[in-house]
Amino acid sequence: MGQVIAAATEHGHDDGHHHHKETFVTKYIFSTDHKMIAKQYLITGLIMGAIGILMSVLMRMQIANPEQPNVIFEALLGKWAPGGVMDPNIYLALVTIHGTIMVFFVLTAGLSGTFSNFLIPLQIGARDMASGFLNMVSYWLFFLSSAIMISSLFVELGPAAAGWTIYPPLSAVAKAMPGSGMGMTLWLVSMAIFIASSLLGSLNYVVTVINMRTKGMSMTRLPLTIWAFFVTAIIGVVSFPVLFAAALLLIMDRSFGTSFFLSDIYIKGEVLAHQGGSPVLFEHLFWFLGHPEVYIVLLPALGITSEIIATNSRKPIFGYRAMVASILAIAFLSTIVWGHHMFVSGMNPFLGSVFTFTTLLIAIPSAVKAFNYITTLWKGNLQLNPAMLFSIGLVSTFITGGLTGIILGDSTLDINVHDTYFVVAHFHLVMGISALYGLFAGVYHWFPKMFNKMMNKNLGYAHFWLTAIGAYGVFFPMHFIGMAGLPRRYYTNTNFPYFDDLADTNQLITYFAIATALAQLIFVYNFVKSIFYGKKAPANPWKSNTLEWTTGDKHIHGNWDGPIPHVHRWAYDYSKVNENGEYVIPGQDYTPQHIPLQDGEEEMNH
Amino acid sequence: MTAFLIILIAALFVIALWQISKIVQLGKSPEANGADGEIANDADNNRQGKYMLYFVIAMYVMMIACFIGYQDYFLPDAASAHGAEYDSLLLLTTVVIMIVQFLTQALLHWFSYKYRGRKGQKALFYADNDRLEFIWTAIPVVVLAGLILWGLFSWNDIMDVDKHEDPLVVEVYAYQFGWKVRYSGADNTLGDANVRFIEGANILGIDPTDADGKDDMVATELHLPVNRPVVFNFRSQDVLHSAYMPHFRAQMNVVPGMVTKFSFTPTVTSEDYKSTEFMTEKVRKINEIRRQKSKELEAAGDVALDPYEFEYYLLCNKICGASHYNMQMKIVVESEEDYNKWLETQTTFETTLANAEN
Ligand code: HEM
Ligand SMILES: [Cu+2]
Ligand SMILES: [Cu+2]
Repeated sequence: MGQVIAAATEHGHDDGHHHHKETFVTKYIFSTDHKMIAKQYLITGLIMGAIGILMSVLMRMQIANPEQPNVIFEALLGKWAPGGVMDPNIYLALVTIHGTIMVFFVLTAGLSGTFSNFLIPLQIGARDMASGFLNMVSYWLFFLSSAIMISSLFVELGPAAAGWTIYPPLSAVAKAMPGSGMGMTLWLVSMAIFIASSLLGSLNYVVTVINMRTKGMSMTRLPLTIWAFFVTAIIGVVSFPVLFAAALLLIMDRSFGTSFFLSDIYIKGEVLAHQGGSPVLFEHLFWFLGHPEVYIVLLPALGITSEIIATNSRKPIFGYRAMVASILAIAFLSTIVWGHHMFVSGMNPFLGSVFTFTTLLIAIPSAVKAFNYITTLWKGNLQLNPAMLFSIGLVSTFITGGLTGIILGDSTLDINVHDTYFVVAHFHLVMGISALYGLFAGVYHWFPKMFNKMMNKNLGYAHFWLTAIGAYGVFFPMHFIGMAGLPRRYYTNTNFPYFDDLADTNQLITYFAIATALAQLIFVYNFVKSIFYGKKAPANPWKSNTLEWTTGDKHIHGNWDGPIPHVHRWAYDYSKVNENGEYVIPGQDYTPQHIPLQDGEEEMNH
Repeated sequence: MTAFLIILIAALFVIALWQISKIVQLGKSPEANGADGEIANDADNNRQGKYMLYFVIAMYVMMIACFIGYQDYFLPDAASAHGAEYDSLLLLTTVVIMIVQFLTQALLHWFSYKYRGRKGQKALFYADNDRLEFIWTAIPVVVLAGLILWGLFSWNDIMDVDKHEDPLVVEVYAYQFGWKVRYSGADNTLGDANVRFIEGANILGIDPTDADGKDDMVATELHLPVNRPVVFNFRSQDVLHSAYMPHFRAQMNVVPGMVTKFSFTPTVTSEDYKSTEFMTEKVRKINEIRRQKSKELEAAGDVALDPYEFEYYLLCNKICGASHYNMQMKIVVESEEDYNKWLETQTTFETTLANAEN
């Protein structure tokens, strides 16, 4: 192995690089180094995640023991839980902010922001992002939007509470609910800033991948992680502006008397002047982002697992071309399926048929990806590190959650399960839990690169198994209460005696949710402790092929101390053998990307 | 059954914890020193691979237990004409996806176990196989195409509100936080309406100058004659709501500023539905739960719960504000005769206005 790394440094001296003197502020706060920015994203995302998960636990406690006093509510919610009994408005606020935080702040910024930033330059062989400055601005805008979102929890009438989908008129008319006053204003401002941050980030990723690949790193030699981040960024650039427009129009309707989304409204004894707008228009605009958003969350996780599964199986990823094609197909199709959230919105039923059809189409590349992962495991030599377990877990939840999508994507079947807990179960498994597993897998795998330390593997195993059991324990039974027709976003189900026999199951789900949330403390402990006291990481702990493991262990702005290595092969030459059955590099079951083709070796013509 | 499940799952959790404490113990062995100690070794691979196998077995047990334990959670047979087809499609789809679920999860976890890493084991360099990939692209295409085609035919049929001859036209009106129904009266035509006409007794904003509206009747319960197609016109006064009638497999959002429509034919009267075996058993169970609960409540000095009798209901299924969780309306499906008798007791809009003036 030593010999291999030495080989890297012998390449041409193409671009020299200077080191600037760094102060604490430029190194840790206003850093333009993509690695530091990645860590900032990660830590901010994890803190937001802790808040989001805590909120979900509060909701689950209310569902398990509806309208019962609870000291935890009293302590955490204060005036929102008079006598310890949760107020219905604050339940809806928790639903809303939990959903917003998890989707945007944790799984868009925390997952994609972290790993796109960290891995794109390192894996394509670049010294940094195309624009380090814009990258820094992107992070700080994200930070600002997080701060505003959190501050909205403290306004007089409470935070936004119209659901993460903020459908008007509920979100537009302050009289409709307390959260639609100042709380909603802050939500919109926060999201507008978030979108700006995301666009800056995405443009940077796209430009970097297109322009800054090292010599030999053709698009078809890119690791699948980079393909995933690249395409995710493109989807973001295409769809986030539409949400921005929707938010802007909503702000106009709220504050300047326009009527984009409002018409014929009589509320609290008064007719509003708005005339001629349509809430359905908002739904279209929202889901034009909202559905691609699901893939913005998911594709990076799938990219990360592709890399981790190949490395730890000691095998090439099966069907590299098909994987890339699937990513592209998913990206394209994801922009034309949004209507499957709107089958019963009152839009023309013919459109419903069209969206059912496109939704069927997107199931196909998703299925191909799942099959390819399974085949990659076949006849491997699986190194079951925690990152690998989370990756396998992702494939499992992705299949379970994806399959129920076939019910929801069928316009006929959606009629009776739309907006029930069946939907909640479906999207939590397929996007929430799967993407979260991707995030964890990424952290366990690249922690050595990020912090030069190893995380404790046994704590990692404990974290995985408790989370895996807990996640299915929460979300599998949830399908069945959904099948009973239990609506989501209900503060309590006690007004429908028909649902009385679901109460046990709701309690069971809550126990699992609490246990799973507590299991995350193992991760927090492991993460923090390993940063300071972890064992020093070797240069390439997982014996991986990609370029990030060739930088050596010094963390410098510019990544490679010497020249940037050139690339001579794809990223998946694991266990490749010569005609005589011997590994390409004798005694070593992997051949990193910067190693030139050996005598008589043929390049994988994938 | 649920109690059994809870115990089973609690047991699984305890076993997991116990195993984990064992691993953590093992992790302290001398071999764990140095960074290599944090990378999976043969012993880890062996152990984790086995856990993968146990996990998938436990998962199968859980899935089967859920299907058995929760079978009475599934909604009973549909009480509407299109509902039977809906139920068959749902059943077929569920069977298909559960088969796929069982097979793929088995492969995924079996491979994770079977090929767990061992020193000296050589992975197979296997990067591509066009034939295989073609096959597993084609299979989902065919299966999905079948399911979706069936779905699309039903969808077009269900959503075509103009297909019925002589349907009953009914308006369902939503507001924060309740429902009203407007019957179109003898002319079977709803009078024009707009929120701008809302005033005093005219709570639904019916246009007082429109002749069609004079014989309209506003009610607080939805009564429907059995076996007659109904076309619902939905209208909202304030925010989005969704009219969800789960037992009829019917749902449509209610959107301020526009009229949305849905139609179905109720086929089972409330009386008949109540007395099905499924429903009597379900209601018995629910009342058992309510009795238990009442005992606790009374012990704490609270009022006991009323015993439950099943009635069809319509509930709000789109977040609409603080009392979204309690926005419901009773539905009664009855014989034509009973329906007409009930209708006679309702007041027409004309009379309502006249009364209000006195
Ligand atoms: C411990 C794990 C989690 C638990 C126990 C949990 C629980 C819940 C609950 C109880 C709801 C309210 C359901 C409703 O009434 O509609 C909810 C909604 C939601 N959750 Fe989670 N959740 C978890 C993790 C996640 C993750 C990882 C995501 C990331 C995608 C997520 C995204 C959402 C979204 C988008 C909503 C919908 C919010 C809305 O209805 O406006 N959750 N969750
Ligand atoms: Cu979607
Ligand atoms: Cu409502």
